[in-house]
Amino acid sequence: MIARWHLWVGGILLVAVVAAALYFPALRRRVDNAAQLTEKTAEQARRELLPAAAPSSGETMTKVKMFWGSNAGDGTLTPVTIELPLAKDPVLRARQVINTLLAGPVDPDARTLPPEAALLAFYILPDGTGIADFSEAMATSIPSGIQSEQRAVDSIARTLEADVPQVARLKILIHGQEVDTLAGHIDLTQTFRVNTKAGALPPLAAEAVPAPVGPANKAAAAAAKAPASCSVKR
Amino acid sequence: MRIPSSWKIAAVAVVILAAVQAIPVISQNRPPWATPKGTTSQPTPRNPPATAPPSQNPAPSQQQNPAQSYPVPAPRPVGLNIVVLDPAHGGTDLGARGTEGIHESDVVLQFAAAIRRALEAQGLQVLTTRDGNENPSFDDRSARANAQRGAIFITLHIGSTGLAGTARVYVVPEIPPSSADMTGLIPWDRAQGPFQELSRKLGDSVQMEFAKRFKGSPSTVQIAPVRQLRTTAAPAIAVEISSVSVAERAELDRMIPGVAESIARGVVAFRPTYVIPSFPTPAGVGQP
Repeated sequence: MIARWHLWVGGILLVAVVAAALYFPALRRRVDNAAQLTEKTAEQARRELLPAAAPSSGETMTKVKMFWGSNAGDGTLTPVTIELPLAKDPVLRARQVINTLLAGPVDPDARTLPPEAALLAFYILPDGTGIADFSEAMATSIPSGIQSEQRAVDSIARTLEADVPQVARLKILIHGQEVDTLAGHIDLTQTFRVNTKAGALPPLAAEAVPAPVGPANKAAAAAAKAPASCSVKR
Repeated sequence: MRIPSSWKIAAVAVVILAAVQAIPVISQNRPPWATPKGTTSQPTPRNPPATAPPSQNPAPSQQQNPAQSYPVPAPRPVGLNIVVLDPAHGGTDLGARGTEGIHESDVVLQFAAAIRRALEAQGLQVLTTRDGNENPSFDDRSARANAQRGAIFITLHIGSTGLAGTARVYVVPEIPPSSADMTGLIPWDRAQGPFQELSRKLGDSVQMEFAKRFKGSPSTVQIAPVRQLRTTAAPAIAVEISSVSVAERAELDRMIPGVAESIARGVVAFRPTYVIPSFPTPAGVGQP
């Protein structure tokens, strides 16, 4: 004779099997949906890696200030005015000016960023934080040192301040990751102040202020107005 | 009513399974202050806790900026006793590399040895973060200073750029106080915050000596977010010498006595201003 508790256990197992049979198709649909979402995210990431589309030929040339190294060799920056076919969209605009910084000035000694480095992505958060994601070469090819790393960050921050007013602060990533330092010295775990007038939110707690352009730079800035008509086409 | 023994066994199994499932949930709910920012392991000698020891290096009063001030009680004088010297890089991290085979990690050791002698001649105790070819972490180097009482911290670097034969002193940009600073503990990743004014005074004092001795050096301290300084709970400066790009190593070697003497003079000039209050703790808990 079958014991009463055997009947109970059998009944519970039967209910469990029926519940599993009903639940598994729904679970499978959810797994398939998650897989499709991951593919879409990967595609978005791939698109981010592609270079920004060149501005249309109908766009007018715009004067922009690029902050490259001064000839004094003291780590200061000099604003150089050039003309670029700039997009109106702030993200595209930021990519264009940073790519121009990476391409470098005519004088190689005034270069602030390593030529091997590439801008992988740039986007702007609603609070005005600009996220610049660079390739590994940004960290491995830059001359190591406090002065050289600070000059590199300042050249990006000050160029964005002059040409992309929508960016309030700058966050630098290396290959999509937050890293401790650029090349062993300058702290990249924080954001760098770019433009205090942009963005609605108050400054973040950990925020570095770029070094001001010194008097020597002001003189150099005046001298730099000479090549104002030069155009950079790429 | 008698419950069958198999049901009891099943009930025990369910309880054990539920407990096993709950363990990861409990560990994931660990409070954020349990580990330093950016780490996932428990605090160890290589991963110090998320707060700097406030009783070892008391925080200074921010009298010059009352609108943004750290909480401080009545001052209690603490003199400058110890200088922690940090020759940067080391081990597999060579730092800046020059065309003549000059490595920053090697050269800073020579500078540190000379600076140590110059400071000891002034009656100061000197500790170093490394004496050989090892590479302590940023946090380990900061912890060396944070564990002392009445210490200052000087990290030594040789840059890749800059006018050859010049020297610069850096301090970190302003770190505004946060609500976490009101607890009486200094957050590890903001440890430099309460010491910025003293760091600037120390930096200006040393930079002035550099400007006198090395033509082309700035006359005032420079501002840069140097990673090593942020986690140091003491007056802290970074010194960078230019540069590894010199034509020959002898050019750097010739700078060693001058750099050592300038730093010693700058520290001695700063010494009388190093009178700082003890750090506040809620309701006096943990006061030394």
